[in-house]
Amino acid sequence: MTYVKNRLRRTMMFVPGNNPAMIKDAGIYGADSIMLDLEDAVSITEKDAARMLVYNAIKTVDFGGAEIVVRINGQDTPFYDEDVKTMVKAGVDVIRLPKTESAAMIQKLVKDMEKAEEEYGVKKDSIGVMAAIESAKGVLNAPEIATSTPLMMGLAVSGEDYTADMHTHRYPDGRELEFARNMVLQAARAADVYAFDTVFSNMNDTDGFYRETKYIYELGYDGKSLVNPRQIPMVNKVFNPSKDEIENAKAVENAIREAKAKGSGVISMNGKMVDKPVVAKATRVLETAKASNLIDEEGNYIGE
Amino acid sequence: MENKVKRELPDDLMSKMNLKPFESTDIGHPEVQRVAPKVRVTSDENKVVDSLEDVIKENLRDGMTISFHHHFRNGDYAFNKVMDLIIKMGYKDLTLAPSSLTGVMNDKVIEAIKKGVITHITSSGMRGSLGDFVSHGGLKNPVIFRSHGNRARSIEEGEIKIDVAFLGVPVSDPAGNANGQDGDAIFGSLGYALMDAQYANKVVLLTDNIVDYPNTPASIKQDQVDYVVKVDKIGDPDKIGSGATRFTKDPKELKIAQMVNQVIVNSPYYKQGFSFQTGSGGAALAVTRYLRQSMIDDGITASFALGGITKPTTDLLDESLVKKIMDVQDFDKGAAASMAKNKDQQEIDASWYADPHNKGAVVNNLDVSILSALQIDTNFNVNVMTGSDGIIRGAIGGHQDAANAKMTIITAPLVRGRNATIVPNVETVVTPGDLIDVVVTERGIAINPKRQDLIKAFSKVPGLKILDIKDLQKLAQEQVGTPKPLEYTDKTVALIEYRDGTIIDTIKQVKD
Amino acid sequence: MEIKTTGVAGTLESSDIQIMISKGTDGIQIDLDSEVAKAYGDQIKKVITDTLKKYGLDNVKVKATDKGALDCVIEARTLAAAQRATETSDKPELGVL
Repeated sequence: MTYVKNRLRRTMMFVPGNNPAMIKDAGIYGADSIMLDLEDAVSITEKDAARMLVYNAIKTVDFGGAEIVVRINGQDTPFYDEDVKTMVKAGVDVIRLPKTESAAMIQKLVKDMEKAEEEYGVKKDSIGVMAAIESAKGVLNAPEIATSTPLMMGLAVSGEDYTADMHTHRYPDGRELEFARNMVLQAARAADVYAFDTVFSNMNDTDGFYRETKYIYELGYDGKSLVNPRQIPMVNKVFNPSKDEIENAKAVENAIREAKAKGSGVISMNGKMVDKPVVAKATRVLETAKASNLIDEEGNYIGE
Repeated sequence: MENKVKRELPDDLMSKMNLKPFESTDIGHPEVQRVAPKVRVTSDENKVVDSLEDVIKENLRDGMTISFHHHFRNGDYAFNKVMDLIIKMGYKDLTLAPSSLTGVMNDKVIEAIKKGVITHITSSGMRGSLGDFVSHGGLKNPVIFRSHGNRARSIEEGEIKIDVAFLGVPVSDPAGNANGQDGDAIFGSLGYALMDAQYANKVVLLTDNIVDYPNTPASIKQDQVDYVVKVDKIGDPDKIGSGATRFTKDPKELKIAQMVNQVIVNSPYYKQGFSFQTGSGGAALAVTRYLRQSMIDDGITASFALGGITKPTTDLLDESLVKKIMDVQDFDKGAAASMAKNKDQQEIDASWYADPHNKGAVVNNLDVSILSALQIDTNFNVNVMTGSDGIIRGAIGGHQDAANAKMTIITAPLVRGRNATIVPNVETVVTPGDLIDVVVTERGIAINPKRQDLIKAFSKVPGLKILDIKDLQKLAQEQVGTPKPLEYTDKTVALIEYRDGTIIDTIKQVKD
Repeated sequence: MEIKTTGVAGTLESSDIQIMISKGTDGIQIDLDSEVAKAYGDQIKKVITDTLKKYGLDNVKVKATDKGALDCVIEARTLAAAQRATETSDKPELGVL
C-alpha cells in the first residue's frame, strides 16, 4: 500500500481498532477510505492490544481496495510514540493525528514518521498524514496546518470535541459548526488538500443525515466521516453528479482531447477558453460517476 | 454405491431398507398409488375426553408410528405432555414422525430414545442437544430427514404410515372442527398438520379452547377427528414466533439483502404478476423490505407470495403489492393474526405447497425463491443440515421444494466466524446444485454456469460483482485457512432423502 | 524474555480469541477451548506457539478461549498477552512483527 495524494474520498468509515469482527468485514461496504481507530474507540487499558490487532489487520485483511487510515492517539498521550512506529512499520496509507492545533504538531509527526521509516526500512514519504481539527485553536490555525507538509492529505472537522471547546454542543441545524466548517474548507482548498466533514451519529435520523450531507456537499467538502456502513450509499447518493454535470464533464474531456490532437495548449469549448479548475472538476465528476456506476466503461450515462 | 451428486451411500443400508440413490431433480410423470387411512366409524357429536392417558391406552401399541406438528415451534406444550405419558406408560419401539422437531422437544425425545420408547425418527430437521445426541450415535436406527413436500408425498404413498396423530390446536369445537387462527396460542396456518389429519388412522386433537359447534373456518374437519382432548394450556403465545419481526440492523445482512434485491429486480422474472418466496432469516426479511420499495418505484405487483410467511410479507398484501399469499406456515404473530382477517391469505397444506408427486404444487408455479444455507459448494450443492463440525443442526424445511422456483437464490455470508460458507465440498448435500441458480454473498454473487441467460442479464447490472463460485470459495479460504477434514465413524446416523424419496446423502456419526 | 506476571489479551466476542499467558516450566502448553477445534485446533495452537517463540518465550502456560478468530487476530492477541506478561507493553519488541 502506498499513499496516493489524489483519489476519491467521499466516505471515511470509522472502525474501532480493537474489534476483530468489525475490522474483518470493513472492506465489504465500498467505503472510499477506512479509518481504523486507536484513539476514542479504544479504552485506555486496551491501547496496546488494539495496536497489535490493527497492525496485523493492515498486513493481512482484504479491505476491498479502500484507502487505509489509522487514527493514532494524540501527542499528549503515552501511546503516541508506539502508535506511530507500529503504523509506519505496518505500512498504512495515511496517519491521522487527532487534536491538531498547529503546524508544529504535524511537523513533529512527520519527523517521527521519518525516524520510524528509517528504522523499519519503509520507503520515505510513502505514508500520508491528515489532521483532525477539534478545537478553536485548531480551526484558527487551519491554514498553517494545511500547508505544514507536502505529505498532507487533508483536514477533518471533528464536531464533538470542537463544540465542547466552543462551550456549546451539536444541534440539528449545525449552525454552531458553521465557522469551523468554512474555515477548514477554505484552508484545505487554498492548500490543495482534501476536506472531510464530521460524523453524524444518530442513525435513526435519516432525513437529518441527508440534510447535513447535502449541506456540506454544497459547501464543497470532499467527503464525510461515518460511523455506520449503512451511511455509505447515502453519502454516495448525495455526491452523485447529475446527468447534466456528467454530460458537461464529457464535453470538457472531449475538448481536452481535441486540443491535444491539435497540439494546442489552449482548451476551448463553444468558443470559450476552459480554465484549469473546470478541467479538474470535470475529471472529478467523471471519476465519481464511474465509482457510482452512473456511466459505463465507454462513458455512456446509465444512471436513472 | 455412489449417487448422482457423487455421495458414497452405504450398500448394506440401501439394500436392507430398499432405498434408491438420488438420480435427478427431474421428477417426470410417474404414476403413483396413494393410500387411505383406516376409519373407526362414529357419529358422536361430542368427542371431548378428559383423559389423554385413556386415549393413548386405547389406541397406541408398541411399534406404532406417532406424529405431531411443529407449528407452535418453541411455544409447544402438546408434544411434551403426550410424550411424558407415553414414556410413563412404558411403550416401546415407536416411530416418531413429526413435521419437524423444535428445541423445546429435544430433552423429551432424548429421554424417550434412551428408554427405548422411540427407536425410529423421521423429521424435517433437528437442532441443539438432540442433533448433538443423534450425531454422536445416540439413536440405533438412522433418522430419515425429509423436506415438507417430501413428507407429504411419503404420507400419501404410505412410506410414513401414521397410526396416531397428536395435533395441538388453539381452537376446536367438540366434534373436531379446528383451525390455527383463534384462541390464545394462535399460529395461523395449519399447513403441515393437515397431512396428518387427512392420513392418520387416529387423529387426536389437543386444545385449551373448545368453542360451540360448528367452529369455522375449519382447517381440520370433524370427519377426520377421533378425539378432542381438553388441556389447561396448549402453548405459550410468546414463544410461538418472534412477536414483532424486527428489521435487522446488521450491516452485512443488509448489504446481502440489497444485493439479493438487485438480483431479483434485474432478472427476467421481475415483471407484473411475478411470484416469490422468502425465508424468515434476518437477510430474508430485509430483502422483503428492499423489494417492497422497488415494487413501489417500478409500479410492479406480485401475483402471490409463498411459504413460511412473516409480517413484512402480509404488509405487502395489505398494501396490495402482493395479490395473494399461499400460506403453509406463519413465522410470527403478525402473519398469524393476518390470516384470520384476510381472505387473500390462503391456507395451503404441505402437499399443495410442495409435494413432487401430485398434480401440481405451488412451488412449481414459483418464479423466485430466496433461501439460506449453512454451506454451499463449488458445484452449488447446498447443506442446510449439518454444521462445519459435522453435527446435525438444521432442517430441510421447504429448501429442496422451494428450490424448484424458476430462479433460486441462496444467501449466505462468505464466512461465519472462522467457518467458510462456500466450500469445495459440503459436509452434507441436501439440495442439489442443479436447482440453485444464484449465490449471493457480501463479497459478490456467483451464478450457476448452466444459467448463461442469468449471467448475461446480470453482467450489465452496474455495481453487481459477479464471481466464479470457485473464486468465491478461494476468497473464503484465504480468510479462514484450510480446515482439517472432519472424522466420522462408519455408522450412519441419518439419511437425507430427496423430494422423490431417493437418497441424496447420509450423515455419519462424528468422531470425538 | 521473562514472564513476570499473568498476561491476558482479547475478548470473548465473536471473531476474537482470549489468550491468557503465565509462567510455565515444560515448554509451551496450550489449553484450547474453541468451537472450531476439530477443524482448526492444530492451526490455532501452531500460531500461538510460533508467536510466543518469536517473542522469545519457550516455557509458557497458555489458556486460549477462541470465538472463531482468524490467524491474524490470534497472533495479535498472543503478542499483546505476551507483552503484558513480560511487562513490555509500553516498549514492545516490534522486531518480531
